[in-house]
Amino acid sequence: MATQHSRSAARFMISPAVILLLGWMLVPLIMTLYFSFLDYRPLRGIFDCCVGLENYSRFMGSSSFWDSVTTTLSMVGGILAITLVLGVLLSLLLDQPIWGQGIVRILVIAPFFVMPTVSALVWKNMFMNPVNGLLAYLWKFMGLQPIDWLSEMPLFSIIVIVSWQWLPFATLILLTAIQSLDSEQIEAAEMDGAGSLSRFVYIIMPHLARAITVVILIQTIFLLSIFAEIFVTTGGAFGTRTLTYLIYQRIIESQNIGLGSAGGIFAVILANILAIFLMRIVGKNLDA
Amino acid sequence: MARAVSTRKKTFYTIAAWAVGLIIFFPILWIFLTSFKTEAEAISDPPSFLFFDWTTENYGVVQERSNYVRFLWNSVILSLGSTVIGLIVAVPAAWAMAFVPGKRTKDVLMWMLSTKMLPAVGVLYPIVLIARYFGIYDSYLLLITVLMLINLPIIVWMLYTYFKEIPVDILEAARMDGATLRDEIIHVLTPMAIPGIASTLLLNVILAWNEAFWTLNLTTVNAAPLTAFIASYSSPEGLFYAKLSAASTMAIAPILILGWFSQKQLVRGLTFGAVK
Repeated sequence: MATQHSRSAARFMISPAVILLLGWMLVPLIMTLYFSFLDYRPLRGIFDCCVGLENYSRFMGSSSFWDSVTTTLSMVGGILAITLVLGVLLSLLLDQPIWGQGIVRILVIAPFFVMPTVSALVWKNMFMNPVNGLLAYLWKFMGLQPIDWLSEMPLFSIIVIVSWQWLPFATLILLTAIQSLDSEQIEAAEMDGAGSLSRFVYIIMPHLARAITVVILIQTIFLLSIFAEIFVTTGGAFGTRTLTYLIYQRIIESQNIGLGSAGGIFAVILANILAIFLMRIVGKNLDA
Repeated sequence: MARAVSTRKKTFYTIAAWAVGLIIFFPILWIFLTSFKTEAEAISDPPSFLFFDWTTENYGVVQERSNYVRFLWNSVILSLGSTVIGLIVAVPAAWAMAFVPGKRTKDVLMWMLSTKMLPAVGVLYPIVLIARYFGIYDSYLLLITVLMLINLPIIVWMLYTYFKEIPVDILEAARMDGATLRDEIIHVLTPMAIPGIASTLLLNVILAWNEAFWTLNLTTVNAAPLTAFIASYSSPEGLFYAKLSAASTMAIAPILILGWFSQKQLVRGLTFGAVK
């Protein structure tokens, strides 16, 4: 039983975490919001108060904004599609009886622990380089013309790199979900004569639906802020400038703080819309 | 109940799974192998896999040229420091929310999670400005604070889900026997909470180690960890695959080993308990 005394003790124990996070969230956000209404370009010494919504209309009116939205959507969509389709197949495979299952699991999960700068740089140089990259050798070996991946199909190349990093995450979560499936249910379906396809469609997929939703939402939150992979490969060139990267360039490279901040506020709103969906799912689980 | 499976089927699945596993793992294996080649051999045509003169000279060159040990030390300090401070803040909070839940506990948890979704780029400039104002740009203090704050919601959540599983009856029994709050924490709760705290520590060290937005944007020299060390190799400097591989191997090896130990906690930690 919680007494009045333990309640106030509890409040006291929670407050440091709450205060820290509140400060972390509010202080920079209010500053960004404030900057977004200014014409603020520190390199030129410009600091004009209150240009109203001009930054917003300029940021959203520019063609680079709409390009970046398209790029972001294709990048996130492409990575989600690849990791989910391969993740479902791979988790089904890993759920089968296998010799050395533990080791295979370790091999599959490994890319998730590789730091983003390493995986981007290694893929860029050792695999996707048109002269010395391993894929170039493979193409030559098959009698094909080697491809300069990062300049001929830069968006696809980054999608491949990031998918490699996130496939383990999707696979691991889907595998955990599959393994929590009641095996008696599958056996019963088998005895009733359900083939492997109909078992997949009617039993496994509905069971996985929730895990798939969780994977989509969590990955989307992380993928929307992809940075290092673009930073060390294309630097945002060749149509790989996502919304995050565009804002980064406005703020750090061109030092147009007002404009960048307006973009930042837009990104915050976008993330919050997604967050609401995720919170609903997580919240439901809290009650259960 | 285990299903009877024919050996032939199992052989087929085994071959398929190992093939896929090796393909996915191959880039890491390739980094490792290349790190022991000479630069000439690293780009030989056709590529050599195992039969080359193994050399460890790249590791020495990388250390000499860019002082790997210093970056490694920074990575250790930043990831461990931010996680330990995060735990100090989060353990009491998670404990209180798990054992003395109030009406608004759920809302507080949800709100904490929502701060994790704040896009970093949206608050980049204010943080840079604040750091410059206090003269702490490119310092341990700044990076540890920022990394601690971005992982704090995950730390609280992971601890909360672990603490939730500790049976409350035991605490009540201890209270009946006259245990004070202090006794309760030291003798009853701590032994049961340690596994959960350990796996929280492990996963968050990994997340902090690999964090590459704040570490790239808030450091230059003094506090730069391995993420920045590797990014410094992105400028083309001629033939450098073997050295890049040696540097990469050293940057990922420690965390790869930790990661393999924490794969079970990974699901729980990153889905906030939504998938078990």
